[in-house]
Amino acid sequence: MRVALFVTCLVDLFRPSVGFASVSLLERLGAEVVVPPEQTCCGQPAYNNGDFETARAIARQVIAAFEGFDHVVVPSGSCAGMLVKHYPELFRDEPETLARSQSLAARTRELSVFLAESGVEPVIDTHFTGKVAMHDSCSARRELGIHTAPRALLDKLAGVESVELKDAEVCCGFGGTFCVKYPDISARMVSDKAADVIASGADVLVSGDLGCLMNIAGRLKRMDSPVRVYHLAELLAGMTDVPGIGDGDKT
Amino acid sequence: MKPTSHAFTDNARRALHDVTLQQALAKAGVGFVDKRRAVVADLPEFDALRQAGRAIKDHTLANLDHYLLRFEQQVAANGGQVHWADTPEEACAAVLDICNRAGAKLIAKGKSMVGEEIAINDALEAAGFEVVETDLGEYIIQIAHEPPSHIIAPAVHKTRAQIARLFEDLHHQPGLTRPLETVPQIVDEARQILRDKFLSADVGITGANFLIAETGSTVIVTNEGNGDLSATLPRVHIVLASIEKVVPTLEDTSVLLRLLARSATGQEITSYTTFFTGPRRGEDADGPEQFHVVLVDNGRSRMLGGAYHEMLRCIRCGACLNHCPVYSAVGGHAYGWVYPGPMGAVWTPLMVGLDEGRPLPNASTLCGRCEEVCPMSIPLPKLLREHRRQEFERKLAAPLSRWALAAWAFCARRPQFYRWAMRFGIVLLNKMSGGRGRFRSLPFAQGWTAARDLPAPQGDTFMAQWQRRKHHE
Repeated sequence: MRVALFVTCLVDLFRPSVGFASVSLLERLGAEVVVPPEQTCCGQPAYNNGDFETARAIARQVIAAFEGFDHVVVPSGSCAGMLVKHYPELFRDEPETLARSQSLAARTRELSVFLAESGVEPVIDTHFTGKVAMHDSCSARRELGIHTAPRALLDKLAGVESVELKDAEVCCGFGGTFCVKYPDISARMVSDKAADVIASGADVLVSGDLGCLMNIAGRLKRMDSPVRVYHLAELLAGMTDVPGIGDGDKT
Repeated sequence: MKPTSHAFTDNARRALHDVTLQQALAKAGVGFVDKRRAVVADLPEFDALRQAGRAIKDHTLANLDHYLLRFEQQVAANGGQVHWADTPEEACAAVLDICNRAGAKLIAKGKSMVGEEIAINDALEAAGFEVVETDLGEYIIQIAHEPPSHIIAPAVHKTRAQIARLFEDLHHQPGLTRPLETVPQIVDEARQILRDKFLSADVGITGANFLIAETGSTVIVTNEGNGDLSATLPRVHIVLASIEKVVPTLEDTSVLLRLLARSATGQEITSYTTFFTGPRRGEDADGPEQFHVVLVDNGRSRMLGGAYHEMLRCIRCGACLNHCPVYSAVGGHAYGWVYPGPMGAVWTPLMVGLDEGRPLPNASTLCGRCEEVCPMSIPLPKLLREHRRQEFERKLAAPLSRWALAAWAFCARRPQFYRWAMRFGIVLLNKMSGGRGRFRSLPFAQGWTAARDLPAPQGDTFMAQWQRRKHHE
């Protein structure tokens, strides 16, 4: 089985360990992982800022780069949602590209869903023990309807006690360029979310989306909270020896 | 109402720092959300009902001219009159004309958002009429000289203590003291004041939740019964309604009423649901002598078949406001015009222009919760994005943000250059973090770092590391 990994721009730039964790999890399923080099970003910053032409140009790049792979895996509900839901929308009036985008959509899975759907028991060798809270990104939860898959995976970790966040369905306030355009409102939203994380008693916060995680971790660290923050893939791949998001070698 | 939507950022900042407002918002928001959740969970066929409601609205909008004319015919057959108003000015003129001809002095008014949209109170007061809002929330904001901050709970931004103080100041009668602490005491006080107004009003104005084409009826839902008194006690009843409120039949109305009450207040049915069908008939014991319906277009017919067509399905339940994290944080006044929250962020630029309303569609994380709870399944995030597309095409955004986006787009469309440029920046940023894993402050990310740290990049990019790994294999 060949699997193409759509790394996502945030993982590529800010947290490569999520990419390597994803590769490691996919290889444990017996997959040969390919990372097409023509990928940059899914185009969401352009799309959500109304620049549909740039979004289409980037979408064409992605569609071309991932043609010929039976499986495309994305360690982000947000970027997966873009490929699955919004590319076909962008090419509504271009029948040929529309068909190709629909084919890509059909082959694309968010990482936790791919792992859960594979039917193969993921080999998990984490020695981590503690309370873990799972944050669903809005795109994962509402665009792709992902809820049970990441929790089912967490349940397989013997040392993990899962806790749910209060107001789990509420956005963390990241919102791509929203956090730059409206930093005050974004700050208020993330401080509510961080308070709910702390109140949950979790030792570790995980999510399938690095955007939310950088946002929530940023607030938790500012509050000097000891909660450690990881991408779900890192926890599943036993990579919690790497410093958490916002933690350094010297902190 | 002069819009201040262009100043949304400042409005929002003030709202975030307004401690009293934050108390009021925190209390209100949770109640609406919990009640809706419970009542929707109790109705297994809620989704089927939603689909049926949407189908009714889609069908009506596709045949809007037909149903509006049918409605007009039926109103006339019942002895009433329909007045068509293309603009807010025409709508106000029609209402003023009716009031003048009735020789009216005092007007009792029920809640009407389209009334806010056309600024009917300003028009009436400028012409010398006394207008009294009879919905408790509307009455409160009328005496506070404020616009509504929520489409179904206009005074939701006020705390009980603020309302008690307003009443004490305004209703103060020398030598008379009465307790004004509990909600029943406040309601009782308003009821006593309003009772006299109902009895002496010459004209009653109400809004309409639905207009029924087959019967020529107008429908309102209230929890106070004030709408019924406003409509039936005065000599003349004027209904203010926008054209998309029409539905074909009584049966259709019942579907939409079930959706509306659950989505709005989390009730199975609103306390008072009233159907008004024409003026008093010969055998009726009471009711108005005249029945007028002022139908307001104000740009809606131009939305038909266009990019914002689906917004016309809106039944004004307010669920999108109640579930919006941005609305919950800043309240309705920050949006700067009549309609706040996600539905307002779509409507406002259409009605006051994109130049004025531009910040509103941007003030959303597109989290999608509004669409999820919308009983009419309006794709609000998509419509907000459509406004952003118009904004981009008209180059309305600030030059700096447009250039930043263009520079990023230039890179993102050239994978090799992108790798090189991004890698340079990321490695530099990593070095700057000095192994601490995060930044407490960064010159170009002040917005972010004001309230949170910025996690630093781990080191080299994934793509660079992956290439090295493949090279070694």
